Amino acid sequence: MAEEKTTILDGVGVKRALTRIAHEILERNKGIADLVLVGIRTGGVHLARELSARLEEIEGGRVPVGEVDITLYRDDVKGHAPHLPVGKTDIPFSVEKMKVVLVDDVLFTGRTIRAAMDAIMDHGRPDCIQLAVLIDRGHRELPIRADFVGRNVPTSRKENIVVMFDADNRPTEVVLEK
Amino acid sequence: MGFKHKDIIGLQDLTREEIQLLLDTAENMKEISDRDIKKVPTLRGKTVVNVFYEASTRTRTSFEIAAKRLSADTINISASTSSTTKGETLSDTALNILAMKPDIIVMRHAASGAHHYLAQRVSCSVINAGDGAHEHPSQGLLDMLTMRQKFGTIEGLKVAIVGDITHSRVARSAIFGLTKMGAAVCLAGPPTMMPPGIERLGNVTVCTDMRDAIEGADVVMMLRIQLERQGKTLLPTLREYARYYGLNPGNLPLAKKDAMVMHPGPINRGVELSSYVADGDQSYILKQVENGVAVRMSMLYHVSGGELPTE
Repeated sequence: MAEEKTTILDGVGVKRALTRIAHEILERNKGIADLVLVGIRTGGVHLARELSARLEEIEGGRVPVGEVDITLYRDDVKGHAPHLPVGKTDIPFSVEKMKVVLVDDVLFTGRTIRAAMDAIMDHGRPDCIQLAVLIDRGHRELPIRADFVGRNVPTSRKENIVVMFDADNRPTEVVLEK
Repeated sequence: MGFKHKDIIGLQDLTREEIQLLLDTAENMKEISDRDIKKVPTLRGKTVVNVFYEASTRTRTSFEIAAKRLSADTINISASTSSTTKGETLSDTALNILAMKPDIIVMRHAASGAHHYLAQRVSCSVINAGDGAHEHPSQGLLDMLTMRQKFGTIEGLKVAIVGDITHSRVARSAIFGLTKMGAAVCLAGPPTMMPPGIERLGNVTVCTDMRDAIEGADVVMMLRIQLERQGKTLLPTLREYARYYGLNPGNLPLAKKDAMVMHPGPINRGVELSSYVADGDQSYILKQVENGVAVRMSMLYHVSGGELPTE
């Protein structure tokens, strides 16, 4: 079967979406006080760094970025086949009483977000957790919704959405694979 | 790259890539022990049975903490309080434990090969926490993790191992692991404690004089003289041993300036290691214990396996 690729967002499109999300985050939270970003490894971490840079451009202050690896919190590990390698969780600040914006590249079933929220809660009790995603492709299996969305893309379950990054981990484009 | 073994009996059975994976996972799991809530839900609902036929504080506690940080339920059975004292065989004990549906058995046994025997008879995973004079893989892994944290890599290191090589499972696991990862190993010890032919295990050299082994070494690993075992008959006196095979401020400068001093514990202070060295700046002994928990979490995680849905 021939694989078909469609570009959903090009480099400029991704940049515009991130800039808009940055403004929405500021509007919702009335600035960057007590605000932290936590990216889900690995795509979400790159996007969280991009968002942090934009927030700094707009507001002038630095918003700290943490990374979370959800491998140990997955709900789909079972049976006797190899376990996935575990990535590094690095949240170098206290999330206690902070406004946490969780960042991921693609929102799909919502299971990853559930795992990431559990991981963050194990680090402390944030004031609130908000969710920013570049792409929302639907097919939720849990009652989870994003607060900030770059683009809603209706997909079938068989399709795949890939966010591409360049060598410097900057997003270049978003591709739909059929 | 995944970890495909049901059991971890020894580092001899693992490839370089598998050792790398276990160490990488351990490194990333270290952070869990620094949290307020030192727990992840990964092995929730799994049962880990610690069966210790030999005395142990460090290893048993470390495995138990590791299992608990992964949310597994743990049960400890020690030989002195078990049915073994009533004459039950290893095989019968194993089958009885198995009937209670554990997922992982962590065992220490005085007989080399006990785990190999057990692993063939039970369906659950078996982790070796030390078998006789054969292997002690979790110790070998935590030693390598500690070295890697300081030097960044194990490739190209010179590691001196000094003491009773013949009866040391710590030494054997270290030799298998280190040579696979590209380190050069120099062994030193009294001739009565040096197994003939050990240099055939790989990049291993044998020195009779301890000073030759530690000269220029990046790591000096001192082994415990096992006084409760054969130690007494193989040595004239402990004082003589301490003089020729003990690490002290006099001979430590032969090693590299920032060389690491390691010891699997418990230390016989003043015998293989002087207190000055054991508590000195170059001592990584407590770091080893700290890394032990992360390494054992990694081992429990990878043997317990898992399957991702294939889409």
